[in-house]
Amino acid sequence: MSFSAIDSALPSSVMGGDSRYKLLETAIKRHQSQSDALIEVLHAAQEIFGYLDTDLLVHISKNLKLPLSKVYGVATFYHFFSVSPRGAHTCVICMGTACYTKGARKLSAAAEKISGLKVGETASDGSLSLMTARCIGACGIAPAIVMDGKVVGGQSEEMVTEQLKGWIEDGF
Amino acid sequence: MAVKTLTIDGRLVSAMEGQTVLEAAQEAGIHIPTLCHLDGVSDLGACRMCLVELGNSPKLQPACVLKVAEGMEVRTNSDRLRKYRKMIVELLLSERNHVCSVCVSNGHCELQDMAVELGVDHSRFDYIYPVERVDITHQRFGVDHNRCILCGRCVRVCDEVEGAHTWDMAGRGAKSFVITDMNQPWGDSTSCTSCGKCVQACPTGAIFQKGATVGEMQKDRTRLEFIVTAREKKQWIG
Ligand code: SF4
Ligand code: SF4
Ligand code: FES
Ligand code: FES
Repeated sequence: MSFSAIDSALPSSVMGGDSRYKLLETAIKRHQSQSDALIEVLHAAQEIFGYLDTDLLVHISKNLKLPLSKVYGVATFYHFFSVSPRGAHTCVICMGTACYTKGARKLSAAAEKISGLKVGETASDGSLSLMTARCIGACGIAPAIVMDGKVVGGQSEEMVTEQLKGWIEDGF
Repeated sequence: MAVKTLTIDGRLVSAMEGQTVLEAAQEAGIHIPTLCHLDGVSDLGACRMCLVELGNSPKLQPACVLKVAEGMEVRTNSDRLRKYRKMIVELLLSERNHVCSVCVSNGHCELQDMAVELGVDHSRFDYIYPVERVDITHQRFGVDHNRCILCGRCVRVCDEVEGAHTWDMAGRGAKSFVITDMNQPWGDSTSCTSCGKCVQACPTGAIFQKGATVGEMQKDRTRLEFIVTAREKKQWIG
């Protein structure tokens, strides 16, 4: 990680007219640069960039006039935000109470086995991220997982293994 | 402001409306154990050391954030409370690597003092032995995450008294840890003024002055009291 950008107000990509920063600018303006809109702004940034790198978080804290550590703290508190790049494919296993009692542990074990990753890790080639979440609000179809942003319920070890195997064999 | 009368451990105590039970007890000379409380900064009820019993309620309440009320009946020292406090200290000890014998704060540590006060001689929980970082990139100070109990005193003193807000808490739950700026080396922090308030505020050997060896790191809280009194009351004493 490099911290060279911390002193400069804007990361170089902004100077270069990165259109994603323009989108973020719009989101910040929509909240009139209010510091209490931090979560909304992080939300927008996560959607636009896919993850929140240091330059981006510094940019947000300067714009909202917030302490750097506070912005980083909030960004790492919520599961929705990610401060490192996510893989091309993502598999999020719900560990909420309902899913847990319906065997979420087995699902995560199966996912770890087929992918060779531990939950929370991204494959070194950036192809796949394995994650867990607290209740994702789909308790009715527990155990639920989120595959590339799509919620699927009633999962079994076989189903998870099958799906991940598909991604892996595809060469992603 | 209205005066409230309450009983603490059977003693009649009067306090100002808006005061906390901890403040009322302290003024009456009744000792309630605390760890995350620090005079001069706000309270957030993080450590649960100061839990007290209230009337017939089965629910325990943290005295440091509980406001006094008329007729309140507070008990600060029951068997149940002593049992929980002991458990909290044991959990704190097992969570990170508190190897007192090689700690800069050995003999001057609030966590160690608390263990002694409560008669904790071992932890009934398995030690986790996490691998934690030590950051000595700051010119004068260091932070050893092995000794951190996540009380947040550094965060509050730096924000509320110094105004720099260099520290904050990252992550959540058992994976929380304190950070400086963007979770970057403290020495690279652009907000830190090197005032040393967090060093004095930290209850353990987690934040220390560089150059201190085993047992040498004595925190001087009177420095913080001096600044806070000057700020709030415009009185320079000490
Ligand atoms: S030395 Fe002062 S400014 Fe720097 S982190 Fe500690 S309290 Fe904050
Ligand atoms: S570094 Fe010290 S003051 Fe800060 S949270 Fe840890 S134990 Fe508390
Ligand atoms: S517990 Fe998994 S969706 Fe609620
Ligand atoms: S002192 Fe009250 S919760 Fe820590």
